[in-house]
Amino acid sequence: MKSSETMDIPRIKEPTPLQETWYHLKKNKGAMTGLGIITMFVLMAIFAPIVSPRDPLAQQISERLTPMFTNGYIFGSDDLGRDMLSRLIYGARISMTIGVVSVGISLFFGIIIGVTSAYYGGTFDKIVMRLIDIMLAFPYILLTIVIVSLLGPSLTNAMVAIGISQVPRYARVVRASVLAEKESDYVLAEKALGAGNFELMFLTILPNCLSPTIVQATLGVGEAILNSAGLSFLGLGAQPPTPEWGLMIASSKQFITNAWWIVTLPGLAILLAVLGFNLFGDGLRDILDPKMRN
Amino acid sequence: MIKHILKRLALLIPTLFGVITLVFLMIALAPGDPARIMLGERANAEQIAQLRAELGLDKPLIQQYGLYLSRVVRLDLGKSIATGQQIAREIADRFPATIELAWYAMIFATVVGMFLGVTSAIRRNTWVDYTTMGGALVGVSMPVFWLGLVLIMVFSVWLNLLPTGGRMNIRYYFTPITNFYVIDGILLWIREGTPKYLWSAIQHLLLPTIALGTIPLAIIARTTRSSMLEVLQQDYIKTARSAGIREKRVIYRYALKNALLPVITVIGLQFGLLLSGAILTETVFSWPGIGRWIYISIGARDYPAVQGGIIFISTFFVLINLAVDILYSVVNPKIRLQ
Repeated sequence: MKSSETMDIPRIKEPTPLQETWYHLKKNKGAMTGLGIITMFVLMAIFAPIVSPRDPLAQQISERLTPMFTNGYIFGSDDLGRDMLSRLIYGARISMTIGVVSVGISLFFGIIIGVTSAYYGGTFDKIVMRLIDIMLAFPYILLTIVIVSLLGPSLTNAMVAIGISQVPRYARVVRASVLAEKESDYVLAEKALGAGNFELMFLTILPNCLSPTIVQATLGVGEAILNSAGLSFLGLGAQPPTPEWGLMIASSKQFITNAWWIVTLPGLAILLAVLGFNLFGDGLRDILDPKMRN
Repeated sequence: MIKHILKRLALLIPTLFGVITLVFLMIALAPGDPARIMLGERANAEQIAQLRAELGLDKPLIQQYGLYLSRVVRLDLGKSIATGQQIAREIADRFPATIELAWYAMIFATVVGMFLGVTSAIRRNTWVDYTTMGGALVGVSMPVFWLGLVLIMVFSVWLNLLPTGGRMNIRYYFTPITNFYVIDGILLWIREGTPKYLWSAIQHLLLPTIALGTIPLAIIARTTRSSMLEVLQQDYIKTARSAGIREKRVIYRYALKNALLPVITVIGLQFGLLLSGAILTETVFSWPGIGRWIYISIGARDYPAVQGGIIFISTFFVLINLAVDILYSVVNPKIRLQ
């Protein structure tokens, strides 16, 4: 028979960091709206072939510039008679890929540079930080233009360019949080137990430095989508007939007088997607950054 | 403070050096023969060889780099392939247009942004605050070039109120004096007695100013709000209020003055970014500035022109950041008194 004491004290399970974040996140209206928008675009991107009513590349010249809600074209058709809705849906696929891949590139190099630089310190750290200051001093739109000019204009190169141009930012964020953690007792304990440099850097310290990096990455996805749209608009990103949102705006600007929807809708899609990531990122920052939490 | 400024100045040289190196590599490492790409399909071998010699492309990379550095340091950016003109000259001709637009966009963004930021801070958690901050979030999520096109569509095409692009009514046979058209308009008003040039210049400036100014406006509003909120919680604000000082005076004299520090930094950074953002805005509004010129040069594969434009804007950006940093250390007593 159990004693009454043990029965009276309920076992409190400590929430994991993920559960705790989710708990706060659920109460944050902005973040939840953002998450909803992101989920919608991600689902659209994954199921593009199923949900889009037509082929995004199929031209139907006889039905060019069909207005919205006419002849089965919910969002109308563009100057070559392609279905706008289908192009917008496939555009989500492209923009989500751009966001994830370019932020992935920035994260990969940013984390390696930030962690090693903070961990080893000294002259190495000084040199790396100088280089990063130089890169940050270069306006990033121009930096991406330089990189794309180097590699040649294409969507892949635009992703690489955007990814590289943001590396310094991530490196800085990561470095700052590693510096704050690396003298902690748990790190010293691991060290005393004989952990190697690699283990200390990436398995012990890094997991405790991820919060600001995650916030930065979320906001970064939105920014990458905006930047790639800008590059495509300048002819340095996606090439026709790719249904990339920025390119769709660029190639429709001469129809501004008679077909408002083919200019307006892709821009609204960009706005909505970026807004989603900004809302979610701001919400995450409020939760993960204790200084900002009220 | 002096030490801090000297440190920043010392950083200037490697930064500019890095910028020039990157831009040099842009041509040197470009795939294919840049001379052939620049001259196009119809060029013959002789022309290509001539351009290669002219650009020094026939020399080893290190030597090319040395030559390029020594030229750029002497402010010689070479000649444009498309027009044959000195690139420094082309930039000088177009810079006033870019600066004029960036200047008014920045004034618009600063005045409206700070006003909105202060308003939403003092009315925290009211509908005013929510609307303003929601609007600011939409503002930073928008593609600038799209906003420009939508503004043209609404105000020029539908309402027929404002011109779609350019800087001045082309029927006016206007000869610029300073190349800053608003100033020129005022000068001509005095000289010829007609305000039509000034009026036209303002009409042409309106939409690009709004388009270019929206993102900095949103960012300034957000920064001002959070900075104000922090200051308004300080004890000396409570003291000022309990001493019976009028609320307006407390907000604008006591709080805003101390909330300005982060705002100044943001304004400076945004001004630098505006110059590079101008590539998109100028392209949309056919604004004859450096940004649109870089865009056209990219299309024409006029690499020396693109290089020159990028070096120029980056240098300007770096100098503005430096100026902001120095200003910040002068204004901020924490650094000044060190």
